[in-house]
Amino acid sequence: MSKTEHEKKTGGIFEFLFTRHRTATLNAITMVIAIAIALALALILIFAVSSDPGNAIWQFLVAPLASKRAIGNILTTATTISFTGVAVCIMFQASMFNMAAESANFLGALTGAIVAASLKLPPVISIILPLVAGAAVGAIVGSIPGILRAKVNANEMVSSLMLNYVVLYFGLYILKSFFLDKGAGQVATKKLPAASRLANIIKGTGVHSGVLIVVVVIVLIYIFLYKTRAGFGIRIYGQNPSFARYTGVNVDNVILYSQMLGGAIAGLGGSVEIMGMYQRFQWTALPGYGWDGIIVAILARNKPQFVPLAALFIGFLRTGANYMNTYADVPKELITVIQAIMMILVTATALTGRLKQRLAVKEALGNDR
Amino acid sequence: MTGNFFSTMWANIVTIFNIIITSSFLYSVLRLTTPILLATMSALVSDRAGVTNISIEGAMLFAALIGVIGSAYTQSCWLGLLCAILAGMFFSLLLSFFHLKLKTNLVLTCIALNSFSSGLTIFILYMLTGDRGTSTALPSVDMPKVSIPLIRDIPFVGEILSGQNVLTYMTVLVVIAVAILLYKTKLGIYIRAVGESPQAVETAGISANRIRFYALLISGAIAGMGGAFMSMAYISGFTKDMVSGRGFIALAAEAMGHGQPLASTLAALLFGFTDSLANNLQVLGLSNDLARMVPYIITIVALALYTWRSAKPKKVTGSL
Amino acid sequence: MSALLELKGICKVYENGVYANRGVNFTVEEGEIHALVGENGAGKSTLMKIIYGLEQPSEGQIFINGKSVSFSSPQDAMAMSIGMVHQHFMLVDSLSVMENVTLGQEPAKLGFIDRAAAKAKVVEIMKLFDLNVDPDMRVGDLNVGLKQKVEIIKALYRGAKILILDEPTAVLTPQETTELFTKLKQLRNNGYTVIFISHKLREVMELCDRVSVLRKGEMVNTVNVKDVTQQQISAMMVGVNYSDKLDKAKANPGEVRLRMKNVACLNRFGKRVVDGVSLAVRAGEILGVAGVEGNGQHELVEMIFGLRKCAEGTIEIFGKKSTGMNVRDLRKTGVAYIPADRMTTGLATTMSIEDNIIATHLENKSLLNGGLMSSRKIHSFSEQRVREFQVKCDSTQTEVNMLSGGNMQKVVAAREFNDSVKLFVVEQPSRGIDVGAAKFLHEKLVDMRDAGCAILLVSADLDELLKLSDSVVVMYEGKISAYFPDASQVDENEIGQYMLGVKHQSDEQIGGVCHE
Repeated sequence: MSKTEHEKKTGGIFEFLFTRHRTATLNAITMVIAIAIALALALILIFAVSSDPGNAIWQFLVAPLASKRAIGNILTTATTISFTGVAVCIMFQASMFNMAAESANFLGALTGAIVAASLKLPPVISIILPLVAGAAVGAIVGSIPGILRAKVNANEMVSSLMLNYVVLYFGLYILKSFFLDKGAGQVATKKLPAASRLANIIKGTGVHSGVLIVVVVIVLIYIFLYKTRAGFGIRIYGQNPSFARYTGVNVDNVILYSQMLGGAIAGLGGSVEIMGMYQRFQWTALPGYGWDGIIVAILARNKPQFVPLAALFIGFLRTGANYMNTYADVPKELITVIQAIMMILVTATALTGRLKQRLAVKEALGNDR
Repeated sequence: MTGNFFSTMWANIVTIFNIIITSSFLYSVLRLTTPILLATMSALVSDRAGVTNISIEGAMLFAALIGVIGSAYTQSCWLGLLCAILAGMFFSLLLSFFHLKLKTNLVLTCIALNSFSSGLTIFILYMLTGDRGTSTALPSVDMPKVSIPLIRDIPFVGEILSGQNVLTYMTVLVVIAVAILLYKTKLGIYIRAVGESPQAVETAGISANRIRFYALLISGAIAGMGGAFMSMAYISGFTKDMVSGRGFIALAAEAMGHGQPLASTLAALLFGFTDSLANNLQVLGLSNDLARMVPYIITIVALALYTWRSAKPKKVTGSL
Repeated sequence: MSALLELKGICKVYENGVYANRGVNFTVEEGEIHALVGENGAGKSTLMKIIYGLEQPSEGQIFINGKSVSFSSPQDAMAMSIGMVHQHFMLVDSLSVMENVTLGQEPAKLGFIDRAAAKAKVVEIMKLFDLNVDPDMRVGDLNVGLKQKVEIIKALYRGAKILILDEPTAVLTPQETTELFTKLKQLRNNGYTVIFISHKLREVMELCDRVSVLRKGEMVNTVNVKDVTQQQISAMMVGVNYSDKLDKAKANPGEVRLRMKNVACLNRFGKRVVDGVSLAVRAGEILGVAGVEGNGQHELVEMIFGLRKCAEGTIEIFGKKSTGMNVRDLRKTGVAYIPADRMTTGLATTMSIEDNIIATHLENKSLLNGGLMSSRKIHSFSEQRVREFQVKCDSTQTEVNMLSGGNMQKVVAAREFNDSVKLFVVEQPSRGIDVGAAKFLHEKLVDMRDAGCAILLVSADLDELLKLSDSVVVMYEGKISAYFPDASQVDENEIGQYMLGVKHQSDEQIGGVCHE
């Protein structure tokens, strides 16, 4: 009697993790292994490259948490890539590898800046209108690969990658031809009026009210994906398009609105970034927030509720890499390399494949005894 | 007023036409098609084996840098070319390891590898030269141009066909070699079989993953050549993100060519043509930015038109 | 003298937890046709994959002629003269017959294939065993019977002395089956050994010398065929004496619920896969559609359900034109569909049981709470359904791909069976599932019929079709070739002739199915 009781107690946690929630547990283990390997690789590279590895590592791992300003940096980075992260989550949940979050983000930022700087807007509208404009433009950009996929079945990855280049050059053209601030000394729009700048909410840091906006967006998108029919349709389509068609989901609509929604949020994020962090729009190349959004979505396993955690982690890594770049002698491109490794390893189901096999055999043979 | 508009339009069309029919334009078409065609062949071999290789872009970029470094340190362009080819194959090794061995998701792995290549090349460049943008500090040696006797004396055609970079001529050989590989050799049949029915291959006692690995190695080697062309023939030296999407355009070209070497070559030529056209549009007073948009827009339009016309039911499972 | 092939204590557990073989002992003698029977899911395919080197056993040993061997790949098994003809063909459609047969063993010089030598060798094998197929034909252009021939030639080309055939007759007509059996007996008489995997006991009695019975992963017994009856084998397979009969009252058909007039559709090559079909299904009856798979039945069903464009003709459901309606609206009016391939169309295997069950019920306001999906209501709904349909699972949150085939089909049923369903289209309902689950589904279908539902049943399994249906039509090459108003009067051999296109009823006889 006592043996089975003992088995029950220790078996309890083991059973909970490895039997009832085996997939989730194995996924979590994979993620931990992946991150550990990536960070180990980072440390190796730092040692190989830096003349003062101690300082470099301190800048990378400790400095981001060592001051209020640094933590603020993490927060602001996390805010921006949370927008693109959620955007990519939606697109990927529909199983559409749409890479246009990057250009939606870019063009949304430009549009927001143009609307804010060119129109004389009354207060409140001066915040809302540029944001809405950014979202609208982002929706259009994001929807193009979606429309091509729905109407002519064109591969959305290739079309979105091409679109990123098209939107970049188009945006620069529009900026240089119509909205250039001649007196600014750089390629940029006019200064944004104070009424269009997002308020600073934590003194001593750059943290702005965009943080609140992104939290609201995440909650709304979570509810949309998991509590509404339309969101369920997106998820079903992403898991099995054949099944989606068969259960009555309007597949063309799903493709379209999932990509539009993703694009809108990425565009909104662009506007928020400009209005919260800058005085004017001055990007002359794609800033890369879309790519960060992809890694955030992968770490969050395409679930909006995990995006803040993933975004904070990536924000931490990015801030550390910037400090390392400025105050030590390790170039910040290290972080791109590390992020790539993490992205790859996180989906390596084979990392826990053998464990999975052994668990299955153990359970089956164990039940026999 | 509309008369003015139409006459300007007509003048523009005439100007463009006059540019297109010059031998220097057609010469540059062949020149610009080379990297796209190499990337297309790289995509083709991999795709026939059932692996849609989206990381060709990253492989080419990496190879472009390694080729330059190799040729700078050995002062030999041929050794540099070899380094570039090996770099492309190394990239394939990474992809094989992650996707075939660790069973990571193919699409995400390729996206990550492209990102990885982008960061790593700048990282290495900075470590070697202290410069983040270009490799001008490195004394790399370019691949030579070749002037073919007899052909160079043919009027008009001679100016187009002779005097191209040696890599351009080698590309023609690559296309022929790929066709022979796929249709005449054992490995080629296995590659085609694996792409279509991996279970048939497995049950015949052949390891499907081993065949995919070989296909990826070949794909990587060809991509390496493409990268070498960019930094050792197209322009002299490595520049950050210099591949500019050619690795992705190649995917569109290969899709349009149905995975057949000849048809894919024609598609690649089309994109080479539009690339060359875009370079010349500035003559019409088109802004630099708008002109640079053109090749990518054409790729999207061509892809859309092609898939619309072939209206194949897309496989509903798996990625791409 | 030791047996040709012996398996001792074989156990196999898969990564997803399925325990396919438990301590199996299996012995095969040289020069016999040995049947391996068991229900779907009993572990037959797994055992054969282990013999053929496609899978490795978790425990246990394999002996060939008394010597212990282990196969890490099919190549090892082939070296030991073991060849396998799979249930789902392992052929490359775009390659020729010759290229498929020699795949992996092409005669070659320096990597370049010697086509002449390859062709000569293949033709030689074909002559030797009297199995003739044009070696240059593209395999994708061959019909199912010929493809199977190619698979057999492939195995013999590689020197197989032991031939394993996995459910070979599943895709053959009665006549092609007879041809295959003659061939197999010829091979046996020439000293070859055949392992014949099947769950069709009548064929086992006709063809085989000995039979081994697997049940739930365990080997129950091995007996001589002439010493047992079908009933005895069946009892060993299921452990329970399932009566083969279905308790079915006579049908009482009502108004026409589905009417198809001259319906036709094209495939992507422009071929008319459905070529002018007219029929009607009435309330309270089960109309069966017989025929070898690939004669247009699947496309017919897809048109009814709105998944395929109807190129010609009209379809009326509940008296109203339905062509052009989308799936969602069709479901709303009371049409349900159990598709043939449950894993790719009928289910999203990476989603939970619960999600799969409610996927078509979200119009139902009782699952919502203020316009949003209510977890509580959805949980209780899915749990009630799981109980009602006896789906064996730990919780409704389990992913569907962890379930056995039979349980997966029950999930599909749990979703599709509803009181509001007035027209039910059912395709291959018991394919690949165990006898118990199949019987459960059959009984539920009869219940629906008795409650007044109109049911269109498509099945390639003649036994199931004739048992369940009230009346039957036969499809051949996109047309209806026969109509039998009373399924219980149908003779299997006769219907086989209509299935093969040997006979064709007159238009008047066929017209009876329209109930004008």
